[in-house]
Amino acid sequence: MYVHDFIYHRAGSVEEAVRLMGEAEEGRYLAGGQTLVQTMKQKLAMSSDVIDLGGIAELRKISAQGDTVQIGSMIRHAEVAQTPLVLERIPGLAGLAAGIGDRQVRNMGTLGGSVANSDPAADYPAAVLGLDAVVVTDSREIEAGDFFVDLYETALEEGELIVAIRFRVPMRSAYYKFRHPASSFAMVGAFVAQFPDGFRVAVTGARPTVFRWQAAEAALQAVASPEAVAQLDTDGIEDILSDMHCDETYRRRLMPVAVRRALDAMNAPDKETD
Amino acid sequence: MSIDVKMIVNGKPVRRSVEPGTLLVHFIRNELGLTGTHVGCDTAQCGACSVSVDGRVIKSCSILAAQVQDCSVLTIEGVAGGEELHLLQTAFLQCHGLQCGYCTPGMIMTALDIIGENSNPSREEIAEGLDGNLCRCTGYHNIVDAIELGARMMRQGGGSV
Ligand SMILES: Cc1cc2nc3c(=O)[nH]c(=O)nc-3n(C[C@H](O)[C@H](O)[C@H](O)COP(=O)(O)OP(=O)(O)OC[C@H]3O[C@@H](n4cnc5c(N)ncnc54)[C@H](O)[C@@H]3O)c2cc1C
Ligand code: FES
Ligand code: FES
Repeated sequence: MYVHDFIYHRAGSVEEAVRLMGEAEEGRYLAGGQTLVQTMKQKLAMSSDVIDLGGIAELRKISAQGDTVQIGSMIRHAEVAQTPLVLERIPGLAGLAAGIGDRQVRNMGTLGGSVANSDPAADYPAAVLGLDAVVVTDSREIEAGDFFVDLYETALEEGELIVAIRFRVPMRSAYYKFRHPASSFAMVGAFVAQFPDGFRVAVTGARPTVFRWQAAEAALQAVASPEAVAQLDTDGIEDILSDMHCDETYRRRLMPVAVRRALDAMNAPDKETD
Repeated sequence: MSIDVKMIVNGKPVRRSVEPGTLLVHFIRNELGLTGTHVGCDTAQCGACSVSVDGRVIKSCSILAAQVQDCSVLTIEGVAGGEELHLLQTAFLQCHGLQCGYCTPGMIMTALDIIGENSNPSREEIAEGLDGNLCRCTGYHNIVDAIELGARMMRQGGGSV
């Protein structure tokens, strides 16, 4: 398959990328290309201009500030999985990144690309919401709770560029997903994080976009044990996805199990969860 | 509008003027004539197109050639030392790690990445590391055998890529 013609730009800075986007008739940022190149091949994305972010050094930084860890949008999944700073401060996030896709995808796919794309079954959104993160763009900061809007829809404005994501460092955290055996994406994935002010539980793969499961948070707040979530029902939750691999009833069943297994992994980080 | 793309491939600097939408795999196969890198699925699923870019294995059907501007690319043609097979290739031969051979270049490139990260991977780690590579013939068993043996030979014999 071949990609349609477009004007290729390699931006050297965030300012240049945003300016090029403003000047383009129908521009698109290119991160690792792990979604975009395939969609261009299928002619699902037709752009007049493609602005490659691969040469922008300021998008490739990882730093700790106070009780946060900030990760540049062009950091690859494999780097998040292996960087000592992330492994030490938020092992739950490093573990999540290590489970995305396959080795080749992890070497090319980026944090910013995954979050901007906001696939309903993507893993990172669960960490962004579960770790109370802030999405830092070229023009503002967006709270995770306001960022994920709907199926493939985020709060990003036209041409707005994700510079970095600033994660809050939890006391403990872990992620567990029921991995789709072919695609590796989450059929249901749960990110559980414990902060001094309470638990956060973010679920991906189950609805058009990632969401906080408040009933699970409250249950854990009352008794922080796996049994506390095992019995949770999902009755009040609407719009559960249903497809040939995993229908709605099954997805509802998987939700408390994913949370329980994430909690098990959080309690015993070195043990494999079943 | 063509763009100028340059990179180092198997140690040699190359430079071509190509359409911006040129995939890395087409650059390697059509522009450079290095046809050991295969296209299996063309949809990022099978890993037959795997090559190494700056020491990390990626799927060359899923990125543009322009994205690896100035990078160092290793394809299967650069793995052997001239006429002499790489130890990992020898191991594939010995273990009968290929049948039709279509997936093999991608398997070898991915295996080098697995071994580069951990010189003594367990069978589970090998199988997990091959998550992005499909083989329609072997049933994988002999491929895992070959990578296990190849890793051992590389630890002992110092075959390095
Ligand atoms: C075989 C395969 C398996 C996968 N498995 C998983 C999985 O298990 N779990 C999972 O979560 N994901 C999975 N993915 C997706 C992968 O994690 C990629 O991160 C994701 O596809 C985005 O790719 P990318 O970072 O290369 O961004 P691109 O494809 O380059 O870009 C994606 C979109 O985001 C926009 N964009 C990119 N960067 C920015 C930015 N900084 N600011 C604003 N907009 C931006 C682009 O314009 C484009 O619209 C898989 C992908 C493949 C091919
Ligand atoms: S041809 Fe690239 S992954 Fe199949
Ligand atoms: S040997 Fe035929 S596809 Fe693997």
